Amino acid sequence: MKIKSNIAVSDSGFIFNPDTGESFTVNPLGASIISYIKEGKSVKDITGELRQVYEIDVNTLEKDTEDFLGLLKNFSLLTDA
Amino acid sequence: MEKQRYERPLIKRMENDMPNKFGMKPENFPKSKIDGVKVSDLIAEHGSPLFVISESTIRNTYRKAKKAFATRYPKVQFAWSYKTNYLDAVCSIYHQEGSWAEVVSGFEYQKAINNGVNGKRIIFNGPDKTEADLEMAIKNGSLIHIDHLDELYTIINLTEKIEQKPRVAIRVNMDTGIYPMWDRFGFNYENGQAWDALNKIMASGKMELMGLHCHIGTFMLSAKAYGVAATKLSDLALGIKAKYGHEIKYIDLGGGFPSKNTLKGSYLPGRDVNPGFDDFAEEISSALLKANFAPDSLPLLILETGRALIDDAGYLLGTVISNKRSSAGKRTTIIDVGVNILFTSYWYDHKVSPAQEFTQFSETTTLYGPLCMNIDVVRDNALLPLLNKGDHFVIHHVGAYNMTQWMQFITLRPKVVMIDPEGKVHVIRDSETMETFSRQESKPEHLKKFEL
Repeated sequence: MKIKSNIAVSDSGFIFNPDTGESFTVNPLGASIISYIKEGKSVKDITGELRQVYEIDVNTLEKDTEDFLGLLKNFSLLTDA
Repeated sequence: MEKQRYERPLIKRMENDMPNKFGMKPENFPKSKIDGVKVSDLIAEHGSPLFVISESTIRNTYRKAKKAFATRYPKVQFAWSYKTNYLDAVCSIYHQEGSWAEVVSGFEYQKAINNGVNGKRIIFNGPDKTEADLEMAIKNGSLIHIDHLDELYTIINLTEKIEQKPRVAIRVNMDTGIYPMWDRFGFNYENGQAWDALNKIMASGKMELMGLHCHIGTFMLSAKAYGVAATKLSDLALGIKAKYGHEIKYIDLGGGFPSKNTLKGSYLPGRDVNPGFDDFAEEISSALLKANFAPDSLPLLILETGRALIDDAGYLLGTVISNKRSSAGKRTTIIDVGVNILFTSYWYDHKVSPAQEFTQFSETTTLYGPLCMNIDVVRDNALLPLLNKGDHFVIHHVGAYNMTQWMQFITLRPKVVMIDPEGKVHVIRDSETMETFSRQESKPEHLKKFEL
């Protein structure tokens, strides 16, 4: 999985897609996940990293992360490539 | 390193719509305590879901309402509407504050008696009063508000065998300029039914005509309608004085004042647009004072408002069961509060507050209850912070009707606790158990055995 190369992501969680002209905001956890994807990490790596930081059980974190990745795909920000 | 509180990842597409000209403040603030008691402690001790009633809020709201009327009109009496919330502890607070009891069935009447209310301070409304109910009410000297002619004739017949003279009023329905007009209860003002009933009462000579009553609607958003009602009842009272030389002791304008809840379909929140006690007091008092009553014979003004007095004092605490997405990608949240215990979710977009701190991020969510029924929707669209499984929340303004109209369906009904002004928590109604139901059911002998 890969964030499309032309997607602009700011440190404050603002996302701009020049292909569609759409803008998005993400919360800090969403921004962290996008950042990890950009680093080429897998879903398992990402949830492992996040569990070091947040007080959360692995099942909920996996469920929420997959849901978030689904939204990124739905908004055409993420590709499987 | 201490781990951070988890908040699920969120992405929102920014919408470039027209700005909201009303500029409403966000409704979301954490409600972690009720009258100084932590929500988490209440749930840990008494379970979830849990109804919580604030005694202080009941007393403060009552005093505010009383003040609104008593500063405008010299003779005011409240009567607590039992059907709105007839938990004994709740009724007793209102009786301590000076409220009479207003009941609409033999069951409620008995509850008022059991609560220690003097029969003369019970107003008996409603279309279904049995002969036994009426006999009891006559003997106790209660104020019987006659709903229909059959009831009137029953009372006349009862006077043949009961010594006491029944103390009665009639319920009057009328056009006050609002829609829908409530005309199923009582006798109509405009078409002469009310006068017909009054003439029958006066001609019989067997009853003491004490007052006139009306109840023009519910969750009334127009205070002016009450002014019209007060004027029409005053006209009847003055007409009786002129025709029979008989003085009406009281005018009872019933209830129907709204709480701060937001009706479904309302664009603005109820807390901002619904009229308050001062608005109603101004209209009603002005109408009565403008009528041609002699200064020394102003009728007592009785008010039976229920919802506006109790709604804000009731909270329903609950817990998030799960977060899901609908087929269309919409966020949905399942909570352990269903429409079976939150009957008023059919009428209102109830305010829901998380019981713990959260960030500024929020998401529009459909709140589903726990029932395996498609109708179990507590809020169609609620803009809420990102609640996690196991998080607690508080539903506001639930004091009216939920603890009387709730039903045992699929799940058992939860506890109700009351927080007193010192912050002490009292269980005022226990949760239901399997024994609650096994006590009432019985199984025929031939059905007791089966093999599967």
